[in-house]
Amino acid sequence: MACRTCLWLLGTTFFTCTVRLVVEGTEVGATQGSHPEPGVVGSNHSQAGGGHGSSISGIQIVTFKWHHVEAPYLIALWILVAGVSKMVVELNHNLTSVIPESALLIIIGWILGGIIYGADKMQTFTLTPTVFFFYLLPQVILDAGYFMPNKLFFSNMGAILVYAVIGTCWNAATVGLGLWGCWLGGAMGDIDIGLLQFLLFGSLIAAVDPVAVIAVFEEVHVNEVLFIMVFGESLLNDGVTVVLFNVFDAFVSLGGAEIDAVEIIKGIISFFVVAFGGSLVGIIFALLISLLTRCTKNIQIIEPGFIFILGYLSYLTAEMLSLSAILSIVFCGICCQKYINANMDERSVTTVRYVMKVLANGSETIIFVFLGISAIDPAVWVWNTGFILLTLLFIFVFRFIGVFLLTWILNKYRLVPLEFIDQVVMSYGGLRGAVAYGLVAMLDENKFKEKNLMVSTTLIVVYFTVMLQGITMKPLVTWLKVKRAAVTELTLAEKIQNRTFDHMLVAIEDISGQIGHNYMRDKWHNFEERWLCWFLMKPSARKSRDYIFNIFHQLNLKDAMSYVKEVRATHKVRESHDNLILQDIVPSVCLDMHEQDLTMRESEDFNAHHLLQQHLYRGRKQVLKHRYSRSHLETNRDENEVQEIFQRTMRSRLESFKSAKMGVAPAKKIQTKHQKKDKPQKVRGEGTFSPFLHVRPHSHPLIGNVSLKKHYDMMKMYGNHVFDTIPLIPVQPLPQARPPQLRGHQPPVVCIIIQSHSKAISRICLILENRLD
Amino acid sequence: MGSRASTLLREEEIEEIKKETGFSHSQITRLYSRFTSLDKGENGTLSREDFQRIPELAINPLGDRIINAFFPEGEDQVNFRGFMRTLAHFRPIEDNEKNKDPIASEPLNSRSNKLLFAFRLYDLDRDDKISRDELLQVLRMMVGVNISDEQLGSIADRTIQEADQNGDNSISFNEFIKVLEKVDVEQKMSIRFLH
Repeated sequence: MACRTCLWLLGTTFFTCTVRLVVEGTEVGATQGSHPEPGVVGSNHSQAGGGHGSSISGIQIVTFKWHHVEAPYLIALWILVAGVSKMVVELNHNLTSVIPESALLIIIGWILGGIIYGADKMQTFTLTPTVFFFYLLPQVILDAGYFMPNKLFFSNMGAILVYAVIGTCWNAATVGLGLWGCWLGGAMGDIDIGLLQFLLFGSLIAAVDPVAVIAVFEEVHVNEVLFIMVFGESLLNDGVTVVLFNVFDAFVSLGGAEIDAVEIIKGIISFFVVAFGGSLVGIIFALLISLLTRCTKNIQIIEPGFIFILGYLSYLTAEMLSLSAILSIVFCGICCQKYINANMDERSVTTVRYVMKVLANGSETIIFVFLGISAIDPAVWVWNTGFILLTLLFIFVFRFIGVFLLTWILNKYRLVPLEFIDQVVMSYGGLRGAVAYGLVAMLDENKFKEKNLMVSTTLIVVYFTVMLQGITMKPLVTWLKVKRAAVTELTLAEKIQNRTFDHMLVAIEDISGQIGHNYMRDKWHNFEERWLCWFLMKPSARKSRDYIFNIFHQLNLKDAMSYVKEVRATHKVRESHDNLILQDIVPSVCLDMHEQDLTMRESEDFNAHHLLQQHLYRGRKQVLKHRYSRSHLETNRDENEVQEIFQRTMRSRLESFKSAKMGVAPAKKIQTKHQKKDKPQKVRGEGTFSPFLHVRPHSHPLIGNVSLKKHYDMMKMYGNHVFDTIPLIPVQPLPQARPPQLRGHQPPVVCIIIQSHSKAISRICLILENRLD
Repeated sequence: MGSRASTLLREEEIEEIKKETGFSHSQITRLYSRFTSLDKGENGTLSREDFQRIPELAINPLGDRIINAFFPEGEDQVNFRGFMRTLAHFRPIEDNEKNKDPIASEPLNSRSNKLLFAFRLYDLDRDDKISRDELLQVLRMMVGVNISDEQLGSIADRTIQEADQNGDNSISFNEFIKVLEKVDVEQKMSIRFLH
């Protein structure tokens, strides 16, 4: 409670401070005129120094040098205000789960705008296009590109492109033409506007906005395919938007008479040039970044800086060449992420990730606050009921139609069709945001007589989509999902079987190479591995980049190490014993990462369904949460699961292979006898059942009589102390179990492993070796 | 031995496989190229290790079981026919197939054949019954390390209780079918093979 009141006080203090300064500043600068300068946050305080032309009567100990620091001070202050607003917004979690943050920030913007307007009698601070496009937008998009789930993105690339290009063109055309038709019909009264201007307006209002989309989808958890569709579309449609905007802008300048087929063809060509050119620029910069990070071994401390600078440069370069800047920076982020994550030191990677998020969050906050502030400006408000309402109607309706149409076509070619609810969410989630506002503010007033009307309409559209659609998105989704959900409660068998089916399907997909267009993907992978990785990655990074091994890497090596230590420590004690029962030094110290949950067992309320729900492994299809989030940096929660499954699989494979080599009959029947005998033995933690051998984790028929010392000696003999860190080799035998007779000499366990044809295991050993020096 | 020659797929074989499994010509050729890419030993058959080399299977809880399902009883190698036969279980059921001539034996991707495949995943010893132990094995594979054996045992017991009708404390194939009658097996056990 005290914290909250503190924040409120802080907030109000800053608001009053701002107002004071603004008031003072206005008084001083009142004589200098009041044209908003686009350079600095739209403030109209002139930089005229020395306004106080008074004579110096003596040495002044302290002077108030406002003009000295005016520009940076205001900027810093505004950033602070935005940050504080975000804090205020986040105070109440119940509120934020109902109303998305972006909406609340806009409301705060309104309040602030009101205060400033009240103090100044004009809107001194607005979101100017320059500031927006050069200083606020790039980091948001870079963040999007850098954290983009690449595999998902590229495997759905076709669908995303269809929505982005064709969908946006459809939206632009229909909205523009629809409005034009209604204007002809007289629904908007008398405004000085033409077909081309309508089309231009349509094209800038048609684009789905990445900033707004993220902001809303943070709260609404949708499946990853759906998310990547909307998100990818919002990023890639910039290519179309830029082209359409420039083309129609040029057309309007030329006048209607000059437009002929040549111009139209030029327009279409410019689309390809802009889009592909922009992406190419981005890719070039990605290459540059990767190359740079490859050579930065000695200056790791400034590595992160390169990413941001080069990313920003890619944006500016594309802008300079009049290509699509957003596409450029997106592809820069997408293409470089893999290589820089591999090349850079871990701490640098963490730094980059965090700074990226800070910048993106900060920018987003500022954008929304200013979107709110910019509204409180009577100078720009022109109300035309027809225009505004029709725009709202058209963008809403035509988006739905467009999405459903395109999805119907796409579903014929997609492996996994998009369902109805997905389409509804996609249509409803087509939010417009600051990019549209930025574009409309860039219009030339002389060419576009109705610019203010367009600005007002854009603002209203943005507010409508962000606030109304943002607020109602979640309830809509829940309502739809609830409607679809099965009424009956599933039985245990059904639940288990459903999960089995999921795993089966995923496995068969992997076996038959189903995911994506396999041939192209394989070719790309080969090319990438041979050439790109060699060129762009540090040699040390190249070794450990395999996905599975990364997971294995994250095995708690400390566990493995402690196992080694304990083995070494106790082997002296147990040296004299054969047939050791080492229940203390259990190899499951490596596997058994979690304590047994005793409380569960003791609780009265044993609910099998609940247990299953909690503990069943999720298949690959089950991951519901999209992996991109503006405000949360989370490591993949599935990694634990994957680790466990991987260990278990490797273990059982190793055991079955050993059994095959050793001639132990893998038939289940023999082992069940042992199994029954083993039942009374206390089992700690998990029991792993291999499909071929019923082997409890603390017994191993093969190692049998091998004493710990001998085992250890064998390992040392083979000079590979790595092996004693592999948690795959259980060591101590079971006293009751009668191990099958080992014939002749005992082939060392190590030998079997070396000879193991499962390359995976041997590679793991190599990697562990490297890690352990 | 002409192992090279045997890796090329002949037209007659494609026709036979088409008849047996229902895959289209292009699907068969595509899956054949997948088969050969998995077959590192280039001897026209796949062994278990070839499957195990697929990294995603190592992180699939049922990965090894499914690999096992490809191999007929007691054998260690599977040829392309066998490969396709197993994959055929996962073809979606098309409406027009239901009208095919009733003389021909049930297609591999019929509902009951799909269920039989799923059943065999549990029933390793092929005695047509899922015993408590077999169920426990599969459950153990699909569940995290936090569940104790007792809890898992209770879950298994409850599951068998729900399904068992003749009181033999195991699930027979018919009981299995009955338990899953409300589940949309056709959809859950089908993947669309690219044309």
